Amino acid sequence: MENLEQLVEDGLAAVSGAGDLRSLDQVRVDYLGKKGVLTQQLKSLGELPADERPAAGQRINQAKQQVQDAISARKEALETAALDQKLSAESIDVTLPGRGQEKGGLHPVTRTLERIEQFFAQAGYTVEQGPEIEDDYHNFEALNIPEHHPARAMHDTFYFNPGTLLRTHTSPVQIRTMENSEPPFRMICPGRVYRCDSDMTHTPMFHQVEGLLVEKDVSFADLKSTVEEFLRVFFEKDLAVRFRPSYFPFTEPSAEVDIEWGREEDGSIKWLEVMGCGMVHPTVFNYCNVDPERYRGFAFGMGVERLAMLRYGVNDLRMFFDNDLRFLRQFR
Amino acid sequence: MKFSEQWLRDWVNPSIDSQALVEQITMAGLEVDDVLPVAGDFSGVVVGRVVSVEPHPDADKLRVCQVEGSNGTVPVVCGAPNVREGMRAPFAEVGAQLPGDFKVKKAKLRGQPSEGMLCAASELGLSDDHDGLLELASDAPVGADLRRYLQLDDVTIDVDLTPNRSDCLSLRGLAREVGVLNRIPVDVDEPRTVPAAHSEVVDVRVEAASDCARYLGRVIRNVDLTAETPLWMTERLRRSGIRAIDPAVDVTNYVMLELGQPLHAFDRAEISGGIVVRLAQPEEKLVLLDGQEVTLTQDTLVIADHDKPIAIAGVMGGEHSGVNDNTRDLILEAAWFNPITISGKAREYGLHTDASHRFERGVDPKLTRQAMERATQLLMDIVGGEPGEIVEVKSDADLPDEPIVELREARVSAVLGMDIGRTEIEEILTRLGLHIDKLTRDGWKVHVPSFRPDIAIEEDLIEEIGRIYGYNNLPVTEPSGSLGLRPGNEARRPLSSVRSLLVNRGYQEAITYSFVDPDTQALLDPDHTGIELANPISSDMAVMRTSLWSGLLKTVAYNQNRQQNRVRLFETGLRFLKGDKGIDQVPMLAGAVTGPRDPESWVNGRQMVDFFDVKGDLEALFDLLGVSASFETGSHPALHPGQTAAIHRDGEFVGWLGALHPNVQKKLDLNGTVFVFELFLNSVLSGYVPHFKEFSKFPEVRRDLAIVLDDGVPYADVERIARERAGDQLNAVRVFDVFTGESIGEGRKSLAVSLVWQHPERTLNDEEVQDCFNDVIESLKAELGATLRS
Repeated sequence: MENLEQLVEDGLAAVSGAGDLRSLDQVRVDYLGKKGVLTQQLKSLGELPADERPAAGQRINQAKQQVQDAISARKEALETAALDQKLSAESIDVTLPGRGQEKGGLHPVTRTLERIEQFFAQAGYTVEQGPEIEDDYHNFEALNIPEHHPARAMHDTFYFNPGTLLRTHTSPVQIRTMENSEPPFRMICPGRVYRCDSDMTHTPMFHQVEGLLVEKDVSFADLKSTVEEFLRVFFEKDLAVRFRPSYFPFTEPSAEVDIEWGREEDGSIKWLEVMGCGMVHPTVFNYCNVDPERYRGFAFGMGVERLAMLRYGVNDLRMFFDNDLRFLRQFR
Repeated sequence: MKFSEQWLRDWVNPSIDSQALVEQITMAGLEVDDVLPVAGDFSGVVVGRVVSVEPHPDADKLRVCQVEGSNGTVPVVCGAPNVREGMRAPFAEVGAQLPGDFKVKKAKLRGQPSEGMLCAASELGLSDDHDGLLELASDAPVGADLRRYLQLDDVTIDVDLTPNRSDCLSLRGLAREVGVLNRIPVDVDEPRTVPAAHSEVVDVRVEAASDCARYLGRVIRNVDLTAETPLWMTERLRRSGIRAIDPAVDVTNYVMLELGQPLHAFDRAEISGGIVVRLAQPEEKLVLLDGQEVTLTQDTLVIADHDKPIAIAGVMGGEHSGVNDNTRDLILEAAWFNPITISGKAREYGLHTDASHRFERGVDPKLTRQAMERATQLLMDIVGGEPGEIVEVKSDADLPDEPIVELREARVSAVLGMDIGRTEIEEILTRLGLHIDKLTRDGWKVHVPSFRPDIAIEEDLIEEIGRIYGYNNLPVTEPSGSLGLRPGNEARRPLSSVRSLLVNRGYQEAITYSFVDPDTQALLDPDHTGIELANPISSDMAVMRTSLWSGLLKTVAYNQNRQQNRVRLFETGLRFLKGDKGIDQVPMLAGAVTGPRDPESWVNGRQMVDFFDVKGDLEALFDLLGVSASFETGSHPALHPGQTAAIHRDGEFVGWLGALHPNVQKKLDLNGTVFVFELFLNSVLSGYVPHFKEFSKFPEVRRDLAIVLDDGVPYADVERIARERAGDQLNAVRVFDVFTGESIGEGRKSLAVSLVWQHPERTLNDEEVQDCFNDVIESLKAELGATLRS
């Protein structure tokens, strides 16, 4: 019994000396196992007088506990060190690029069209589609552009034969929709249109969105709010908008719409034409069997590429149809 | 229409500056495109008088002149060929500042002192004319400031008129408009009647009265066309963008600008008999003033004499009958031609003239006589001559009506969205020159004068009122109409979801032209003929696409040529085919994929994209709809014979997927294998509304099977047999391994397939599954010659 303190001291030294979990376990077996030196001490209690046994037993148990605590602490330290080592071995270079597919992107024209459609969908407009190879009637005549009208010359039309052509605007879709259903109408007609013209600022194909609202009671003032609100939402800016009298055969009164686009040298507003609009011409209503005494309507139209150029700062119209990936990727 | 601001201000002179004027007319619908100064920026130039001209002692081409300016007479060395004693010309005195930052100083030229410079028009930014000194009028006040004398502090305003505003194609019309906008009167000088000085009249016969409802002719004898057109007139013409030619032409152009009536002068000596206005006869030819010979179409209205056509009516005169320096007697023409007759005619002959521009849009039919009198007077002032009586042939029935248009006050408010007020409306109409014929209970009956052919209906009047009142003074209100809810269509998916799926799978959207190169198209779709454009913009954009591949593959090549080797594109749009009932215009979805499967990176291999990558993308599209498509071995002339699938959905053919045929690829200059697909867009848009089905709570049982088959047997056959034979409880068939190699034997392949069963109401037992499984194996052996792989 005299060497109990020595045994504990040895045991604690052995614990500290254990470099891994296995040798630590060996220390546990050697001291606290069934045949461990401290356990053996308990077995020798019987040799003591009965009145000394409880005190001696308590001392031995304390010694055992002391060694056990040291083993536990050491074990935790060794485990932590082992985990640290493992984790350290598992470290990766988080700066390397991620794995996986590149995303593609929408064409900027589509991106712009989707924004326009979204605005008008919220205002209750339907999206209508129609043929691109059109007849003369729907592209011109029903829009109050009879055969000898000077406006025809301004349209630079692609023809297949004298009565068949590539639509020069999406207005024929409005005619077709009005022919096939009853007012009121709220629709926009987005799509490809064609003009026989190609230079720095013209491509033979481009996109338009034309809109039409037909109700019993609608006025030029309502048209103004629709157009102004659209332009401010589209450009996300409270820009100045002005309506300039103009001429389209299918609307009366007609207007061109300018927006504020920076300032002139003298500080005055620089205006930029972005849209055309007007009140539906009664002749157009008559062609579509809508009674102009019962219904009125307004219509508006815009070039999608032009709006996309302004919105995204594109400086060459022709890039839209080159489809150069270095261009397209910028609109992801 | 270009005009000089000064000239306009002679008619109507509002107290606003140029900039405000330009803004004002732009906002009234006469859009100003450009405002340019009529002269260069210079000062210190006066009217100079050449007192004497002496040869230069040391230079053949120079002369030493004495020039009188604002400060006495000084010596000036001059090289202009037209310098002569007594002439008056612009004189830049010492200290003058000329365009191009050039300052005139005292100098010696070849030893002779020179104190100033006589100027050509080009040196003052007045024209490009380098033909010597600008000759001023002989009564020009010597020493007067040239800018003031020639009123050079003026601008040319170029207004882009809409086709309805033919009334503004003249100074008089523009002045009327400016008068209305500023509420001030316009100074109108009605031309005086010139009395006849002889009795010779021109014989006029109009055979096409509906095309020419009014024709006026007058003979003017003994003119001297060698006379010079005065500078004030050529200046006004120049500032309106018209070159001076000879006095007769200058006067007709001047009157056209002033009043809006195009005129023409013929050489009397070249006219055989009299004037006949008629349609052209077959194969008639005419050499025009611009020198080109045209063969006239039979619907062309011509002015003819008794033998031959001498002008295309309303477009251009003939060369032969035109006036020149030797012309002594001329016939002046002023006519009203029907706009429909003239419309498009100039274009047909590749022309566009000031006359045709006006006649097409409509000239005031009441102008002819005024214009004739005005031109006669001006001609007599410049070239002398004796005018005869005016001969007029007209057909009242063929002249346009002056309509009476009813205007309702309530309609004005309803269309414009505000009540303008009766007084204001009446004031606007009256100033515009419209006459209020009668007051009605609801508003007015308005008489539209002949100079406004664009006004025919009530809306036209409402536009005029809104325009003059100012669009920007009208209110802004929200449309109040009923916003009816529309039935939705859940089974139909928006196109945007298809696009975004492809975009998320790495595809870039392209938009290519709908007209394509016929050769490329024939290569890609030899079975269809594209619809040809009658007037294509170029030969490689001449037919309508029958497939979207033409444009997409060109785009692939374009990008490959720009070092883009990984290309994944898609496009949606119409393709055009001649159908039984007209033209088939069907929306398609197409794609083209080439290059590495993944973007190059440290983690991805350099594997090239293959058929199954693209097929997976298409399957994902159909998955989005909840429908399955079947891909069957197919054949297409542009595709690889062993890598082509015809895609079906619900038993219907919906499109192609395949590798481009190597020959096609080579002809299109494409690098590497390109996979293409094209689907009817509808097949990936229209699906079903989901319908719930009870699902089983009992466990699945799975059996795997490895079989060896001939290479040519499609997997689809294996799956079909499995589904037919595995009983009602079969839940799924999947292929999880495909292997070819020496161990299997040449021309053979090994497939590993798993079958999964599940019963809706109970647990399946081993025997019944094994029975089904065995059935499948036996059928595969019997029908496809499969062997089990041990």
